[in-house]
Amino acid sequence: MSELFDLARWRPAPLLPERDARDGSLIFVVAVLCFLACLTAMGVIAAGRAAGGWTGQLTGEATVIVRPQGGETPDAAAARAAEVLADVPGVTEARALEPAKAYDLIRPWMGDVSDLADLPVPRLVTVTLDAKHPANARTLGRTLKAQGVDATVDDHSLWIKDIRRAGEVVRWLGAGVFALIAGAAAAVVAFATRAGLAARRDVVEVLHLAGAEDSYIARLFQLRFARVAGLAGLIGAAGAGLVAAILRLLGGGEGLTPALPLAWGDLAAVLPCPLLAALVAAVAAQTTAMKLIGDMR
Amino acid sequence: MSRKPLAASATQIADDVVRFDDVSMRYGRGPEVLTDLNFALAPGSFHFVTGPSGAGKSTLLKLIYLAARPSKGLVHLFGQDVARATARTRPYLRRRIGVVFQDLLLLDHLSAFDNAALPLRIAGGDPAQYRADVAELLSWVGLGERMHAMPATLAGGEKQRLAIARAVVNRPEILLADEPTANVDHDMALRIFRLFVELNRLGTTVVIATHDTDLVARSGRPMLHLDGGRLTLRPPAGPSAP
Repeated sequence: MSELFDLARWRPAPLLPERDARDGSLIFVVAVLCFLACLTAMGVIAAGRAAGGWTGQLTGEATVIVRPQGGETPDAAAARAAEVLADVPGVTEARALEPAKAYDLIRPWMGDVSDLADLPVPRLVTVTLDAKHPANARTLGRTLKAQGVDATVDDHSLWIKDIRRAGEVVRWLGAGVFALIAGAAAAVVAFATRAGLAARRDVVEVLHLAGAEDSYIARLFQLRFARVAGLAGLIGAAGAGLVAAILRLLGGGEGLTPALPLAWGDLAAVLPCPLLAALVAAVAAQTTAMKLIGDMR
Repeated sequence: MSRKPLAASATQIADDVVRFDDVSMRYGRGPEVLTDLNFALAPGSFHFVTGPSGAGKSTLLKLIYLAARPSKGLVHLFGQDVARATARTRPYLRRRIGVVFQDLLLLDHLSAFDNAALPLRIAGGDPAQYRADVAELLSWVGLGERMHAMPATLAGGEKQRLAIARAVVNRPEILLADEPTANVDHDMALRIFRLFVELNRLGTTVVIATHDTDLVARSGRPMLHLDGGRLTLRPPAGPSAP
């Protein structure tokens, strides 16, 4: 027996060549797609958090516009409304907006106004609602009316609806972009599988004629491309994680903009990427290989 | 070989390793390469397939090792109608056939040992169980010192013997060889032929397609002679095996 061959240490060699000239391009393309997919996922998470934060702020508060009645001064009406509202179950705090703050609110439209008393400016009462069991606008309105206070309650429901809708749109858009990227990755892998099968037709033919089942041959390509895509996924995920970490370090908890507040935990979104990339590649390669081998038969 | 009537009994069909009933073959819309072939090969028989270039020798072998489908007629392998074999059962039929391809089809990225072990690996064998058998077989075909070598570094005769080793490693019931002595010198051709004779003695049915009339004459084996797509049985041409 050959001195160069150690029978006891022999292990079957991979049936497909371990390296292929096309691997570099495939890894690059899939890594870029994974990078974009990870950034999309983190963007969606951050946008969702921003929308959630705004919604939480708005649902935790209500604004009451108080109109004075009879000889009552606007300030006295606001103070009375605040007093009434503070006793309503589900209200944590009710506070009449100070005249100076009301002045600040109207100054952008009215310019400098020396005396608020000259203007029929309605007074505002800000109500902080109980986080667990908040009072609703109807209860607040009814209580005020019962106490003879002429007021309009705004629980920000119009804004909340819009913000929630915007949040949903962002989520769906993100999911759509994510699906498109996954589809593009699958198409790239299917294309590479075709090229790989064509290039290694000799292997397929020999295995076939030696009695290998179609699924056995397809599995070789499936494992190979799953491994390549997994590696590409790892590179793409690492790149996206690095970019997100830099943004978090530079921008703090708000990231680059308050609309995309990044948390360190968001970086965990990149972790499933290599596995998902390998899975998508495995399915694409298996499907393509089975079809092509079937056509060869 | 025996020429049999179309309406062979089930017992006859089951006994034959290969049986062709009125088999014709054409590629696409081209002319018929083989026309109305009727023959059967008994277990343990040894035949040469002879004929001029383009007579259809390789096509005949392809029909047997399931790399082609007949345009007409019935091919039975081990008593089974191959037209009825499904994608699931065909691989198991193929595992009972050993083939030495005309262009050898060795895998250039695998060592001689891995190439030879391929059919056992495909059949799901345990490497620890079969590696000693593969080593012994390679030594038997004279490649004991070349097990680690890649096919590109092997000489013509070594490649030929490696292809033979791969074809017989899982002890097939029938061995088909397409021009196995085409690229080797006379001495090597004789050595390879002796290998086939030895395998045949162990019970393997052997079919060799060849142009080597000298080898056929010296072998003393019957011939399936193809000419113009038609097949005739010719008795042994010369003295018995070398």
